[in-house]
Amino acid sequence: MPTSAAEATSETDRRRAQPRREIIYRHAWPVRLTHWINALTIFILVGSGLNIFNAHPRLYWGQAGADFDKPFLAFARPWPDWLTLPSYMDLADARHWHFFFAWVLVMNGAFYLAWSLASRHIQRDLWPTAGDLRAIPRSIADHIRLKHPKGEAAKRYNVLQRLAYVGLLALAVGMVLTGLCMSPGFDAFAPWLVAALGGRQSARTLHFLFASAIVLFIAVHLIEVVLAGPLNELRSMITGRYAVPGEHD
Amino acid sequence: MTIITRQRALLTRREALLGGLAGGGLLLSGCSRILQVDALTDSTSFQRVLAVAQSWTRATQRFFLAGGQMAKEYKPSDISPHFKANGTLNPGGDDYERHVAEGFVNWHLKIDGMVSHPLTLSVADLRRLPSRSQITRHDCVEGWSAIGGWTGVPLALLLRAAGVRAGAKYVVFYCADNLDGDPAKGGEQSPGQYYESIGLVDAMHPQTIIAYDMNGKPLDVAHGAPLRLRVERQLGYKMAKYVRHIQLVSDFRAIAGGHGGYWEDQGYDWYAGI
Repeated sequence: MPTSAAEATSETDRRRAQPRREIIYRHAWPVRLTHWINALTIFILVGSGLNIFNAHPRLYWGQAGADFDKPFLAFARPWPDWLTLPSYMDLADARHWHFFFAWVLVMNGAFYLAWSLASRHIQRDLWPTAGDLRAIPRSIADHIRLKHPKGEAAKRYNVLQRLAYVGLLALAVGMVLTGLCMSPGFDAFAPWLVAALGGRQSARTLHFLFASAIVLFIAVHLIEVVLAGPLNELRSMITGRYAVPGEHD
Repeated sequence: MTIITRQRALLTRREALLGGLAGGGLLLSGCSRILQVDALTDSTSFQRVLAVAQSWTRATQRFFLAGGQMAKEYKPSDISPHFKANGTLNPGGDDYERHVAEGFVNWHLKIDGMVSHPLTLSVADLRRLPSRSQITRHDCVEGWSAIGGWTGVPLALLLRAAGVRAGAKYVVFYCADNLDGDPAKGGEQSPGQYYESIGLVDAMHPQTIIAYDMNGKPLDVAHGAPLRLRVERQLGYKMAKYVRHIQLVSDFRAIAGGHGGYWEDQGYDWYAGI
């Protein structure tokens, strides 16, 4: 519907006259710090992981698996150079990157988990309540209609967010364990864990599948940030301050 | 009121779009900046930073494996029907071909360096010594695994017989595949003499053996005939094939590229427990 210049002006005035949006302190510094370290770390781990994967682009189930064995999943062509790290195929260098940042991930993750459990961030903000779980169908409907919570509801994570973040934590733990189970040294230390995962090659397959799930999480996460107002969301993860969307926005 | 609401929605959508473009741009420029990773990878000082993780991994595994934990051993039914052979598939050359033709009866394993009694043993001598058989999983650095049965002499037994002198820290294995990149002799993947080294902790481990049999038969050429090393808690590239000389040293920096092994000289980690 076309609007006149007068209407547009009155709209601007109305916005100016509105009281300022409520600003809350949403993300504590350990969450913000570990978030950005993680963002860089996952980027590097996925790139170097795909480079390592290219050395043998087939996945198996069980303890053993090589060229003659039936693959669980086989890739026709290697991952392209713009996705891998380094861009050229170099297993030795990709492993150096991967294992250095695997240590960063573990230390960053250990700090995050220790702080989040001690401060009850996980229990309070991430773990879904019974009420949250009952609201799953409504939350799914809201997400499909790209309807974002406003006012008081926007001050807490909705149930799908909670499930996604708790799921991400579980995936991260799974990444570390399946990664360790590919190490022959670790396997001598905890053969039971390798067996529980179905074997060394199963661990490698799961490592790939969990990583794929994390990449999917990141894609949805970025889309949601854009839809929910990227500047406000970005600011809240940098400064901690978040402008609560008003009830009538 | 409806008009205003619709305008607000429009604005929010425009904000979202602009935000999305800005975010995408940031991400792309971040990517291109991170694409400097190739330059970083080439930088020796940066490699030195990454190498810190290697020493942490080694120290952590040494700590958790201090009890001399054994690699898992499998049942005969677990043995892979086809055990992939990798690296050199045939050392070739007149000397090695002659040994193959003779059935390796004149192949000798020399043990020297920092030992009290240097030894020279034929394959028949080794077969008369106490042996160990183990069915283990072989993990390649490339990602694949195969299960095979191995029989051979525990390296610890040979080292005790030779008498390791004080100050010796590493056991170096020299192999018969010296290829200089001749494709007819095994391909570009093996342009130099293959060698490997392990520390005494791994050398004395009960599952570390000089194997002469694979799956109940003498080793075939592709898998390292007549003698190969098995170091079960490490990756496949440590398990040198065609071994003919074992040397005890205090330092491997003067040997070949100085990193303790053929693949190590190409940038792979010396400690291959991960």
